[in-house]
Amino acid sequence: MLPDLGKYALPVLTAYGASLGLILAIVLLTLWRGTRVRRLLRDVEQRQGRTDV
Amino acid sequence: MSIWEYANPKKFMETSAIALPWAAAATAACLVAGLVWGFFFTPDDYKQGSTVKIIYLHVPAALMAINAWLMMLAASLIWLVRRHHVSALAAKAAGPVGLTFTLIALVTGAVWGQPMWGTWWAWDPRLTSFLILALFYLGYIALWQAVENPDTAADLTSVLCIVGSVFAVLSRYAVNFWNQGLHQGATLSLDKEENISDVFYFPLLLCIGGFVLMFLTLVLLRTRTEIRVRRVQALLARERMA
Amino acid sequence: MIALLIRDLRLALRAGGGFGLGLAFFLLVAVLVPLGVGPESATLAKIAPGILWVGALLACLLSLDRIFALDYEDGSLDLLATAPIPLEGVVAVKAAAHWIVTGLPLTLISPLLALLLNLPPAGYGWLLASLALGTPALSVIGTFGAALTVGLKRGGLLLSLLVLPLYVPTLVFGAEAVRRGAEGMSVATPLLLLAGITAGVAALLPFASAAAVRINLR
Repeated sequence: MLPDLGKYALPVLTAYGASLGLILAIVLLTLWRGTRVRRLLRDVEQRQGRTDV
Repeated sequence: MSIWEYANPKKFMETSAIALPWAAAATAACLVAGLVWGFFFTPDDYKQGSTVKIIYLHVPAALMAINAWLMMLAASLIWLVRRHHVSALAAKAAGPVGLTFTLIALVTGAVWGQPMWGTWWAWDPRLTSFLILALFYLGYIALWQAVENPDTAADLTSVLCIVGSVFAVLSRYAVNFWNQGLHQGATLSLDKEENISDVFYFPLLLCIGGFVLMFLTLVLLRTRTEIRVRRVQALLARERMA
Repeated sequence: MIALLIRDLRLALRAGGGFGLGLAFFLLVAVLVPLGVGPESATLAKIAPGILWVGALLACLLSLDRIFALDYEDGSLDLLATAPIPLEGVVAVKAAAHWIVTGLPLTLISPLLALLLNLPPAGYGWLLASLALGTPALSVIGTFGAALTVGLKRGGLLLSLLVLPLYVPTLVFGAEAVRRGAEGMSVATPLLLLAGITAGVAALLPFASAAAVRINLR
């Protein structure tokens, strides 16, 4: 399935792996903080009985 | 439709909620198509062999690392001049994304440099500039984290961003002067003569599009989170007052 | 403004630490580097310009957080901000005072330390010239960093992180001037660029620093 990368297979795969890893990290970090804050906001709003926005 | 409308966080939340799924889908489509095309269906370069495939990550990341800073600069100016709160939060949201792109450019560059130049790292002007850019991002993010009052933090980071931009350009010329590099010149330019060949060009364009859209999506998401954080803070402050 | 300068100088000299610390650090660098690198004079001569410039830069960095911290704590910064002289002037005076207690002594002592590092004779004049031209820029840029972090409790590390990338152009041109001087090449370009940076930051950066102080005092 993989194309023949020749003798440079290792650097190419490392580059792709590291980059996709970094992208995944920032995306997950963003989503994780997003959901946490959203939950926090919902809790605070419910406690105060405010539901606008 | 002007950016001033979106100084109202409510309006921003409404519009961004509609735009977000489209942006995310477009990002995924462009990125997957571009990377798969680039990785599986492009030929090897006659000189660089298969390492040429790294270009589909390296160039878009490097491009967006610089553009993210420019976007932060513009957002900072808008905040300083017009007290556009959403703009300040968008600048804050862009910081870590820009840092990630800078790191991707550095890592892929190091991995590419190893077989091509025989070294992971060289104190080449472009490489050094990117290291300095990473430091600027770190300082910018750290300053946001360190200052508690949100308006003060927005003001201080905006000033830092403007001064930093000037010094980033200065550093670029300084390191250029200090060492002639291994790195090749521009990969993409309007002047077709020195451009890379079409086989590599179109998937690369697709990947650049994907990175631009990814930046947009992430910044939208993160700005929404920052707005919610502000609201939580405001509500908690009211709670304490009561 | 002169009165403020004299006051700052007196405080710096009396409190002791700030004045001696930078010099002591500079001396330590010049003594420790040969111990770490080895005594070959050819190697030392080659790295001397860089080491001396890096040493001076770090020595400068060491005392930056003192520029505003004491005045902020005892409230005199608030008084200065409401004083009849513009805050830009106050900030410029603070930078000048910092330079007189760190940059100037560093410049004056540098030939002595260059001796330890075996700098080629041709480099001495350019070392003095480049440090004299470049260290004011270090003080002015450092004042900007100090102004950004003035209200923060643990601003020290953040201050270094913010200021280091801003120091890059000064360091590059400064060390390059000494290196070229030591090797007998023309030093005009780096020295002119260094002077340009110093003049530019001295003219413009006090405005940014004053803005940062105002924001922090708000």
